[in-house]
Amino acid sequence: MKKLLVVLLSILCVLSLAGCSNGGGNDGGNSGDDAPAADETVYVKLGGSGPLSGDAKVYGEAVRNAAQIAVDEINASDSHIKFEFNMADDEADGEKAVSAYSTLFDWGMQVSLFTVTSGSGAAVASYYDEDGIFAITPSGSATALVYTDEKNFPSNFQMCFTDPNQGVAAADYIAQGFADKAIAVIYKNDDVYSAGVYEKFNAEAAEKGLNLVYTGSFTNDSSTDFSTQLTAAKDAGADLVFLPIYYQPASIILKQAKDMDYAPTFFGVDGMDGILTLEGFDKSLAEGLYLITPFASDADDELTKNFVASYESRFGETPNQFAADAYDCVYAIHQALENIGYKAGYATNGLNEDLAKQFTTMTFNGLTGQNMTWAENGEVSKAPKAVIIENSVYVSVDQ
Amino acid sequence: MKGIMNTLFGKKNRSRTISFSLVILVYIVIEILMHAIRMPRLFTSLLVPVCCYIIVALALNLVVGFSGELSLGHAGFMAIGAFTAVAVSGLSASAVPNGMLRLFLSVVAGCIVSGLFGLLISVPVLKLSGDYLAIVTLAFGQIIKSLINNMFLGFDKNGLHFSFVTNEVSLENGKMLLSGPMGATDTAKISNFTTGIILILITLFIIYSLINSKYGRTIMAARDNRIAAESIGVDISRTKTLAFVISAALAGMAGALYALNYSTLQPSKFDFNTSILILVYVVFGGLGNINGTIISTTLLYVLPEMLRSLQDYRMLIYAVVLIVVMQLTNSSRIRRFADRITDLFRKKGEE
Repeated sequence: MKKLLVVLLSILCVLSLAGCSNGGGNDGGNSGDDAPAADETVYVKLGGSGPLSGDAKVYGEAVRNAAQIAVDEINASDSHIKFEFNMADDEADGEKAVSAYSTLFDWGMQVSLFTVTSGSGAAVASYYDEDGIFAITPSGSATALVYTDEKNFPSNFQMCFTDPNQGVAAADYIAQGFADKAIAVIYKNDDVYSAGVYEKFNAEAAEKGLNLVYTGSFTNDSSTDFSTQLTAAKDAGADLVFLPIYYQPASIILKQAKDMDYAPTFFGVDGMDGILTLEGFDKSLAEGLYLITPFASDADDELTKNFVASYESRFGETPNQFAADAYDCVYAIHQALENIGYKAGYATNGLNEDLAKQFTTMTFNGLTGQNMTWAENGEVSKAPKAVIIENSVYVSVDQ
Repeated sequence: MKGIMNTLFGKKNRSRTISFSLVILVYIVIEILMHAIRMPRLFTSLLVPVCCYIIVALALNLVVGFSGELSLGHAGFMAIGAFTAVAVSGLSASAVPNGMLRLFLSVVAGCIVSGLFGLLISVPVLKLSGDYLAIVTLAFGQIIKSLINNMFLGFDKNGLHFSFVTNEVSLENGKMLLSGPMGATDTAKISNFTTGIILILITLFIIYSLINSKYGRTIMAARDNRIAAESIGVDISRTKTLAFVISAALAGMAGALYALNYSTLQPSKFDFNTSILILVYVVFGGLGNINGTIISTTLLYVLPEMLRSLQDYRMLIYAVVLIVVMQLTNSSRIRRFADRITDLFRKKGEE
């Protein structure tokens, strides 16, 4: 009998909770449907998911903040296409990403910023495809988000470089600028991003005849001490260390290398971006660090300056490339919506195909590049920029 | 008539009857709802993962609750089941086009392979006493995750290709089944809610049959007093191994169902946190309490999804709810209060 009571109580609990959340969802839904028809203004429901809690939440928050800035700017402008923005938490986990996607689907999402991380994006890529919702990811760089071996997802797009392209770009860059150096690589082999970049870098490096002397790897559980890898790299005589990893472990590598008086040239890819804003990081360690990134927050064009200023004033941090890519995504979606002449009463069915057609034909100028175009498979084409850190700021290096 | 009533509602079997009727009732209600009205997508997307976690929590309860050993590596068994199932499903895709049949084959394969691994580690370890199993299973979970992280498996018309640590698999028009840290990609999503419920029922059947049998009684005797049990001739390590292997096999079954519900699956999913999460479900529902495990798993899995409207405070509230409920269920005053209410009901029923 006692057990039955527990069962009843639990069911009551669940029902009341379910009621709560449904109520919230409906409120959000109504404000969109009630958009005045006489006025030309039309609200488009923009969804997206990313890690807003857990280890990777810096990335999710950067994307959410920057997208919010872009949405607010667009909504304050005189464009008749405005956005309602809803960012769901997926904890950078595929399973949670499916739940986050489902929540957004129930909310009535029409276009999406997809996911922030590659792992969760790969899990929901087929859902976006099956439900016909246009999605462009600011930072999910694995190819699995836009196509797989078996099929292409025609309305899934990327704003960032794919991992293979970054690996190839880095190897090409090193082959041009540092052909005579002995190279060591340290990568994270349980991370889709890092392993993906490394694999292509390795293949391209072999093709270009680069002198790879050492390859070391680490995992999530061993990302706090790199003395083994650094000692091995030093002993192998490497004078350039390629780090296709995110900036937190990289900051430890830089620190430990300095402590053991090992001073090779360090070279990173876009995950390295953000190292200067890391709390408690001694910026002098990053002097002379090369990285390939599509965005430098100290660029002096008008667009970057305005974006950085409003980001800093609202969130008290310097935006990184995740933020810049997210900002570009919102504007690119907006541009495509305007180009197809989106207005109230536009058929929702086929919106993703129209937008996909638009994306593969239009060019877009944003924070992360000029004259960006998209291929049929959803990959972006823009010029990678290499920068070097001097006096704690990014300085472009042109070869 | 009385005999039937006794088998169903007798003291020994009441819990079993409640378990089965609870699961079947919930299934019927949900199926009717899904056919009658359009359920929110969030609701339907949670059904299969909830089934998976219920199965693995029940499996873990067999070890922690009934056998009295602590396992911190059940996510590892899930991982073995999951990736075995993905491989079997991928390999047999052309030979067995029927999704249900392929799901059945994959689940059976996941179950068997995971059970074998369970046997492999429990035979030497369960001969020891104390917390050794906890330590070994903890390590085991990590090792499995790392191993799968470095495995590359693909097949094409020339057969299977396998490589370790670095990807040397080159295929001619083939398909990668496992690609290192990227795990399984392009998996056909063939799991469904009905299969999930059937597997839960199978799990319940196995667990109840075990604990009500002679073996079950020796397992619990060994848990309650090892020396006394040994003195009357119970082979401790054998009974514990039996419970552990069954538990590992069931966890592998849950993993198989889980893997085939997603188009991609990364080995990093089955980390230490997942093992602990499952343990939380079990402790929350009560050690050795099967119905409690089912309900607590459902509640704890669904709760964070229901709290989505709270945005940033979601995880904070989740943690607070967890602590409050754990405290409440352990408070003697609340228990006495609950007992008084149930007494009240019982008296009314007798009148």
